[in-house]
Amino acid sequence: MPMKLAKTAFAALTILFLVAPLIAILPLAFTSSVILTYPVPSWSLRWFEELFTADAWRRAIVNSLIIGTGTTLLATVLGTAASLGLRNRLLFFRGSMRTLFLLPMVVPAVVLGVGMQVLLAGFGLTNSYAGVIIAHTVVAVPFVVVSVTGALAGIDERVELAAQSLGASPATVFRRVTLPLAMPGVLSGAVLAFATSLDEVVLTLFVAGPNQRTLARQMFSSIRENISPAIAAAAFLFIAATVVIGLVVVLSRSMLAKRR
Amino acid sequence: MAEFIRFDRITKFYGPLCVVENLDLGIDKGEFVSLLGPSGSGKTTLLMMLAGFEQPTSGNILLDGTAINDVPTHRRDMGVVFQSYALFPHMSVGENVAFPLQMRGMGRAEIEGRVKRALDMVQLSAFADRRPSQLSGGQQQRVALSRALVFEPRVVLMDEPLGALDKQLREQMQLDIRDLHRRLGLTIVFVTHDQSEALTMSDRVAVFNKGRIEQIGTPRQVYDEPATRFVAEFIGETNLVEGVVEAVEGEEATVRLPSGAQIVSAVSGSVSSGQPVFLSIRPERVDLSETRGDARNCLETEVTDSVYQGDHLRVQLQNAAHPLIAKLGRRSREFPPGTRVYAGFSAGDCRVIAP
Repeated sequence: MPMKLAKTAFAALTILFLVAPLIAILPLAFTSSVILTYPVPSWSLRWFEELFTADAWRRAIVNSLIIGTGTTLLATVLGTAASLGLRNRLLFFRGSMRTLFLLPMVVPAVVLGVGMQVLLAGFGLTNSYAGVIIAHTVVAVPFVVVSVTGALAGIDERVELAAQSLGASPATVFRRVTLPLAMPGVLSGAVLAFATSLDEVVLTLFVAGPNQRTLARQMFSSIRENISPAIAAAAFLFIAATVVIGLVVVLSRSMLAKRR
Repeated sequence: MAEFIRFDRITKFYGPLCVVENLDLGIDKGEFVSLLGPSGSGKTTLLMMLAGFEQPTSGNILLDGTAINDVPTHRRDMGVVFQSYALFPHMSVGENVAFPLQMRGMGRAEIEGRVKRALDMVQLSAFADRRPSQLSGGQQQRVALSRALVFEPRVVLMDEPLGALDKQLREQMQLDIRDLHRRLGLTIVFVTHDQSEALTMSDRVAVFNKGRIEQIGTPRQVYDEPATRFVAEFIGETNLVEGVVEAVEGEEATVRLPSGAQIVSAVSGSVSSGQPVFLSIRPERVDLSETRGDARNCLETEVTDSVYQGDHLRVQLQNAAHPLIAKLGRRSREFPPGTRVYAGFSAGDCRVIAP
């Protein structure tokens, strides 16, 4: 019994450790004060108003949505294709190839950022949406690969063979069998890609121009300029969006699972 | 009858490993042929090559006289049933069975009718809207079966389809599949490692060992007239006794055992006198009596153990040179250990096998 109690307490502490920073910042989004500090004098929504009316913040939100959507689409397509390719057992250097796809997860973002800036400059893509989307895609693809590879590993290869023998061409097998069965993994991968793009700062600093300033980038620079509670409001938006997306994924996954 | 499927000198290597070696096999239309052998004997690989999932390293596979090596799986028109059922988990039972018909571009109304008939055939029409995961193993395999038959394929391939089912269900399904084979005139190639399954269901059994076919014949032939030691031991239980051929006369040979006893036995292959050979004697063909009877062959033995097994009595005997097992019908009298008995059997009940 004491052991069980200790375990519960430890679990509670761990969770607290993980969410404490969120708990610290969230109430400040609703402060009426102009400085980002406790105690909160009175509650107000003025910083959300600021977020949606001040030009810099509004553009940042729109930019984040544009870049996030572009990154999600590109990374999901590329990552899914890569995972499908990595399934081929006859592929030479399969292990090394997989590591290559996961590398952006561990390479320091600063290093990637410098390389990306040089590379994109060569193609004339600095200070463009396309450039930022490409940069974000590089760091988002590993998440899609991990997630989709996991989903594909759960598919019995014989189900696809059966489909072939029943008259389905390789393209039809993919459309009617492989993709639907891997869909939970593709969806999670897409969400992770979107989240990665949303909070990516370092690469954005290197490759984005003033017109591609994202929400995360805007928070980063406004912290340096003046610590306004608008940052807390932006953080609240961030967290709320993440929670909503997470819920959507969990729900859609359980619905997919129920259909099995 | 014209040969429908022909494996023409098929060889298959996985890297340096040879899994099928220069194999020839012909299968007639409407025939039920089992590929029987231990795991790793190449039987499943052969089936996978017929389905088009694997390519032979060399040799040709002919279907109805045309080589199909370069025909992709989805154009081969063969229904495949796997041990793992391989149903589409994201589709209902009805959608699973409709899948091959949709692939053939059939109209909605025709698909509906055919799916219903195919599910009726396996008594599962009430389950059309369920997901495969809501069905028992036996039901899932029946869905897989009706999915493989609904589009009237030219050949039905089955890869240990009953391996995951329990014994009673397996025996019921064996009879069901055999019945479907007869009713629909299907050509079936059936892979199994279970010899009684192969004997129960097949028109012919091909016994595989190490990438080769050791023997192919009717169930009666492979059981009663094993051509090799491997076949004799793999199919059913047998007594293998070493000896030396003394004389060969037509279809019979006289073999001298180390104990000095002489046995007259039917011959499967060609043997010559002086050759060391094995005798295969099926335990259920051995009769025991306390007096020297009038059987052609008679060995003097002593009972060492006797076990009652419900449907038969299993008696272990010790001859001067070697042990022997006899299976006696349940009406047989008891033979307590220590009893001296004569083990008798006719020349047709044992086989000479060249080693």
